[in-house]
Amino acid sequence: MNEELMGRGSYWLRAGISRRRVLKAGAALAAVPAVGGLLAACGGDDDDDDTESSGASTTTSGGGDTIKVGVLHSLSGTMAVSEVAVRDADLLAIQEVNAAGGVLGKQLEAVVEDGQSDWPTFAEKAKKLIQSDKVAVTFGCWTSASRKAVLPVFESNKALLYYPVQYEGLESSPYIFYTGATTNQQIVPSVEYLLKENKKKFFLLGSDYVFPRTANKIIKAQLAASGGQTLAEEYTPLGHTEYATVISKIKSANPDVVYNTLNGDSNVAFFKQLQSAGIKAADLTTLSVSIAEEEAVAIGGDIMEGHLVAWNYYQTTKTPENDKFVPAYHDFTSKSGKKRPTSDPVEAAYISVHLWAMAANKAGSTDVEKVKEAMAGLEFKAPEGTVKVHASNHHISKTVRIGKIRKDALIDEVWATSGPVEPDPYLETYSWGGEFAKEKKS
Amino acid sequence: MDLFLQQLFNGFSLGSILLLVALGLAFSFGLMNVINMAHGEMIMVGAYSAYVAQNWFDDLFGAAGLGYYFIFALLLAFVVAGAMGMLLERTLIQRLYGRPLDTLLATWGVSLVLQQGARSVFGAPNVQVTSPPWLTGGIDVMGDFTMPYIRLFIIGLVALCILGVYLYLTRTSAGRRTRAVMQNREVAGALGVVTPKVDMFTFGLASGLAGVAGCALALIGPIGPSLGTYYIVDAFLVVITGGIGQIVGTVLAALSVGWLNAILEYQTSASLAKVIVFALVIAFLQWRPAGMVARRNAR
Repeated sequence: MNEELMGRGSYWLRAGISRRRVLKAGAALAAVPAVGGLLAACGGDDDDDDTESSGASTTTSGGGDTIKVGVLHSLSGTMAVSEVAVRDADLLAIQEVNAAGGVLGKQLEAVVEDGQSDWPTFAEKAKKLIQSDKVAVTFGCWTSASRKAVLPVFESNKALLYYPVQYEGLESSPYIFYTGATTNQQIVPSVEYLLKENKKKFFLLGSDYVFPRTANKIIKAQLAASGGQTLAEEYTPLGHTEYATVISKIKSANPDVVYNTLNGDSNVAFFKQLQSAGIKAADLTTLSVSIAEEEAVAIGGDIMEGHLVAWNYYQTTKTPENDKFVPAYHDFTSKSGKKRPTSDPVEAAYISVHLWAMAANKAGSTDVEKVKEAMAGLEFKAPEGTVKVHASNHHISKTVRIGKIRKDALIDEVWATSGPVEPDPYLETYSWGGEFAKEKKS
Repeated sequence: MDLFLQQLFNGFSLGSILLLVALGLAFSFGLMNVINMAHGEMIMVGAYSAYVAQNWFDDLFGAAGLGYYFIFALLLAFVVAGAMGMLLERTLIQRLYGRPLDTLLATWGVSLVLQQGARSVFGAPNVQVTSPPWLTGGIDVMGDFTMPYIRLFIIGLVALCILGVYLYLTRTSAGRRTRAVMQNREVAGALGVVTPKVDMFTFGLASGLAGVAGCALALIGPIGPSLGTYYIVDAFLVVITGGIGQIVGTVLAALSVGWLNAILEYQTSASLAKVIVFALVIAFLQWRPAGMVARRNAR
């Protein structure tokens, strides 16, 4: 009999057959949520008030009275939380440059695009900014995956990208300037700090993807060369929320320090469960490299209190430039709805816009090759202190700061390098860095 | 020795969490044969209920409220998620009975809508709840073996839920009606049971249990719009392994998967343990497609 005709009741009568069908469908489910995550990531964000192509664009590159610059970040999807904050820093800096007279006497006009937390979309939007908007420069990206996706686009079009986030190093594209830390400006000095504090036995914990694995490879080489010891190396899938077993492993290994490269929601679960297992910051030193001010708020100051982090800049950093930058950023973000704390990537994005504007003014042109030439050796008084662009490798010198998280989720500096650290993305100046220096394209 | 005991406890704790997450699904998927992809979002609703309850108590009673908000939060989570479940059943799912794949797609759509809704109401960043003071710390049994109060609480909560469900199904007339409808809809209807009403309440109960799960998980995990996606796969895994329509099977499956996972993760790594567990479950279902506890007679 036709099941359709039998109607809903018969479905239950023939549960023997239907159950098998349901089971099959259920088995198919296992694969579905992976896609679900992706789709969910495409959903819009309420902060999505982008000023796409502000002002009717009648101008073309070179002519007219404005210069177009691209801003390419995820304004929707999982990365939006972090990247909207960075976009605001870009726009604030552009506003400041314009107020100070612009570049070559022209005002900057931001063309904002949404990468949607999706790497192919980043490449597509980068192409659009370069080829159809003809922007002079693009400020953008957060994750290494998105940077790797747009890198060939910028290289083949001979266009410039400024990238504002700390990353795993081992890269130096002729068309990218890196204003966040490379490994020897965050990870390597933080390990030196821990060794100096007599923390010699390391437990490496990270999410299972490229950044933690590369970072841990570097840490292991460094520890082997400087008398430290790697007790264990643990990776958990992205989005993992059950840390009881990892905590058992930490207990049995009894390390001096847990070096944490977990990312995203896993950090919340790990630190909550660490606390509920009765382990406080005083009992076990942890040092994290992916938790800044905004993440600390989301996990909770009472849980993160006392744990260590490593960055180049904190909202509490004491410089005259930062005294102006923090209120300016708070004002700027309050206007768009939500006051945000400043953080390391926010500050690095702010630096990138100012550096490009200075270089273009110095070169007397927005031509890519001329700007690149003018960038070398450029100095800027940034909120983190004076930074200087390296002569050849497109990174900037940065002071490294170890911070301790407060109960109100702001971060206090507990140690800093005596001055800015020269960037060395391939770790060529370190005796133990041989295997990484080999990765440099000859 | 103490670490071995700790891992036994961790496995039991993980099993209890899996069971809490899967219990609601054992009703909607197991008894009603509805593939509810929005089950994870009901967990999310429960977690946000804890957050809302905390804020209310903070406004009303200040710091003194912190000790008691959580009990209220559990009730609130059950009621809110249950009401949303009933609404979902009335508006959407009842039109799709007997069409499992359509239900799958429709409820997946609902889950995306709910995630986006949470983003609009609470914002994209995570929110946080503070554990009540009586749940911080743990019992130090011996050496490195600690039983955190939160995990003990979750184990107790699951036991209570199971007991409640058992009593409901066997001792109340509403529960007996539910079983009657699930076993033979026509005859139950002929005997005067209002079957659509039973469907609605059963689905509401399933969603309410998911809400309770979310509320408890808020104590040990993140609370964000994508919370549900972290637990949905495990929930289906447990229900299917246990055997469709068998609450006993769900209990057995949750505990075995929990222990297996804890032991394997301790020997290998978190990623590898997940892979091995999945492989074992697939192999097991090849051998016994109906799961651990099979329904004996096709009705």
